[in-house]
Amino acid sequence: MNKVMSNKAVIALYVLPSVLLILSIVYLPILFTGYYGFFDWNGVSDMQFTGLGNYKKLLRDQQFWNSAWHSLWFALMSTLSLIAYLLVALLLSGKLSGSNLLRKIYLVPMLLSSVAIAQLWLKVYHPSSGILNTILEFIGVQNTPNWLADPDIVLWAIFVPILWQYAGFYILIYYAALKNIPEAVIEAARIDGANPLVIAWRIKVPLISEVIKVTVVLAVVGSLKYFDLIYIMTGGGPNRASEVMASYMYSKAFKSFDFGYGSSIGFSLLLICLVATWLIRMLTASRDKIQYGG
Amino acid sequence: MKRKTLAFMLLFAALTWVLAACGGSGKDSGGGNGSGPENSGASSEASSRETSPGGEVTLNLMHLWPEGSNFAQYKIVSSIVEQFQQENENIKISVEVLDNEQYKDKLKVLSASNSLPDIGFTWAAGFMEPYVKGNEFAPLNDLLEGELKGQFVAGTTEGYTFDGTTYALPVELNIVPVFYNKAIFAEYGLEVPKTYEDLKEIIQTLNNNGVNPVALGGKDAWTASFWYMYFADRLGGDNLMDEAVANEDFTAPELREAAVYAQELVDMNAFLKGFVGLSNEEAKAEFMNENAAMYMMGAWEVPNYTTNPDVPQEFKDKIGFFKFPVMEDGRGNVNNWVGGPGVGLFVSENSKHKEEAKKFVSYFVQKWGEISVSEAGVIPATKVDTNAVSLPQMYIDLLNELNNANKVTLYLDVQMKPVASEEHHNLIQALFSKDITPDEFISRQDAVLKEGK
Repeated sequence: MNKVMSNKAVIALYVLPSVLLILSIVYLPILFTGYYGFFDWNGVSDMQFTGLGNYKKLLRDQQFWNSAWHSLWFALMSTLSLIAYLLVALLLSGKLSGSNLLRKIYLVPMLLSSVAIAQLWLKVYHPSSGILNTILEFIGVQNTPNWLADPDIVLWAIFVPILWQYAGFYILIYYAALKNIPEAVIEAARIDGANPLVIAWRIKVPLISEVIKVTVVLAVVGSLKYFDLIYIMTGGGPNRASEVMASYMYSKAFKSFDFGYGSSIGFSLLLICLVATWLIRMLTASRDKIQYGG
Repeated sequence: MKRKTLAFMLLFAALTWVLAACGGSGKDSGGGNGSGPENSGASSEASSRETSPGGEVTLNLMHLWPEGSNFAQYKIVSSIVEQFQQENENIKISVEVLDNEQYKDKLKVLSASNSLPDIGFTWAAGFMEPYVKGNEFAPLNDLLEGELKGQFVAGTTEGYTFDGTTYALPVELNIVPVFYNKAIFAEYGLEVPKTYEDLKEIIQTLNNNGVNPVALGGKDAWTASFWYMYFADRLGGDNLMDEAVANEDFTAPELREAAVYAQELVDMNAFLKGFVGLSNEEAKAEFMNENAAMYMMGAWEVPNYTTNPDVPQEFKDKIGFFKFPVMEDGRGNVNNWVGGPGVGLFVSENSKHKEEAKKFVSYFVQKWGEISVSEAGVIPATKVDTNAVSLPQMYIDLLNELNNANKVTLYLDVQMKPVASEEHHNLIQALFSKDITPDEFISRQDAVLKEGK
């Protein structure tokens, strides 16, 4: 058996199906997307080569930069919310009674699909019969906000469900990482007289810094390409006030049937995500690798 | 070395398999969807294009009403196909069914490879223009001037006409009335409005009594577009909007004035609180729960007020409809409607059996006109003799309105080409949320129309 598995040709053969799959459904389409971006194409008529026309138009497209700013806003907010997730994970990993149950409660939203979450929060935000405005009216607020119809607050209104949706995921990651820290390290610090705050800030957080970097990348890239919840809750409206890059791409490609332009947006989105990932990697690079003593 | 050859051959085999699978999928999708006997032909697509020795002709028909989601339409199509085959023994119809979105996609793919079905359905105006420009659809003027002359409701075929040539024949027609709750109107002593001033008074009265006047879901901007269109029509008359789109010029003063009136209604709180963030479904729920007095929507809603067994009879009895009132000094006739045909039948220009296909189209349109209202609650684009069929009163009233219609203006978002149409939705949403002024609305709509995309 071992002999067979060490044969390069056999390895290649076994890997082949997944390589083919991933090439044909991930990498080739990405290349095609970039390629279609060079054309003016409505999906039916002949494709017309326009060179960099779509990309030039993109650079001058106010609405694209508007949606890019919204994506960036979501990325920043998601990164900031990681701090809150980390605090919760620190609390949970301590000797808090009931932390087991709490951990499970936080995880529930992650098990729901974005569609269900969006529908749920649509009900919460309903301007006249939603629970939020009902409570606000009950405590005497007049002119309750139209959460999803007001361009000034719609981004915040969408951000809350996202914060809630991903809480379980990141808390779980942090929790697992924190649990991985050897008890001996903490014990030693305690003997040296460090209080719980110092232990958390000076020992635990630095020790899971690699995990934190990964979550930052996940949060930023995830936010940049975020689509489903926004699409269902507002469709990018009102008047593009909650449009993000992915929903703008969708509306250009599939509502305006401007597939060439849509493709160029999609390809730019990919480039922006790559650059963001690379930047975060560069900014957080550290020389020394952490090792828990023997 | 030998191993390498083997691996290469396997790779080759795998790739061929992938390609073969791609090629086959087109044929399979038809068989999977329908189970009726007429569907069995779909799997033998390859042979169906040729005439068999006995002079028999097979026509491919593709439609978008699957048995599961649109049972009534599915059944009507099936029975028309069956009858046609019985009456024309040398013609076989092979039917392929896809649901709405898949249908649109497949039509695009098929047209790219010049293999459209002999007969199929298309949407009007903006959607079909690329197909017409690409010479994919056959002209049907001979049918329209021949055996189908005078059968269609005035103005319904125009959406399928380019430079005087008609490329598809509509089977559905919807107009947009204002549905209203008679019980609420009676409670506050309100009458159906004759003028815009009346309508404003009604809205004022309802607001004073804490009743939502109008259910409108502005997140689905096409519903708000109805309101804008009626203002434009009542102010500027029959051809204002048609000409604006055709001439790519959105600067007529009445179009701007209509935007002003739309915002006036918003200022009056005519619509639900936060309506710009509500979907059409959410708005509709307010009307169905009697939390709102009026609801402007296409006649496709009529089953909910007549035949739908899931809606309580008590509610159905309360619902009536009225025509959008006239404006003072406006040029629009009260019998002008916003509306339009849904899908229409086309014959492929590349069909080998165009004559037979046209014969079927003509047969289909006539049969459909006879039975679609009574059996599916679908209003056909052909004139209906209301004395000959037994229908709920609301249908009869609507059909009579249709027969008296002075003009049906096709929905603006359907008239416009895709890019302009998408921007129209946005601008309507911005207008109704008062994010932009009427002047900005006009200048931006004008600019995107002039792009010509």
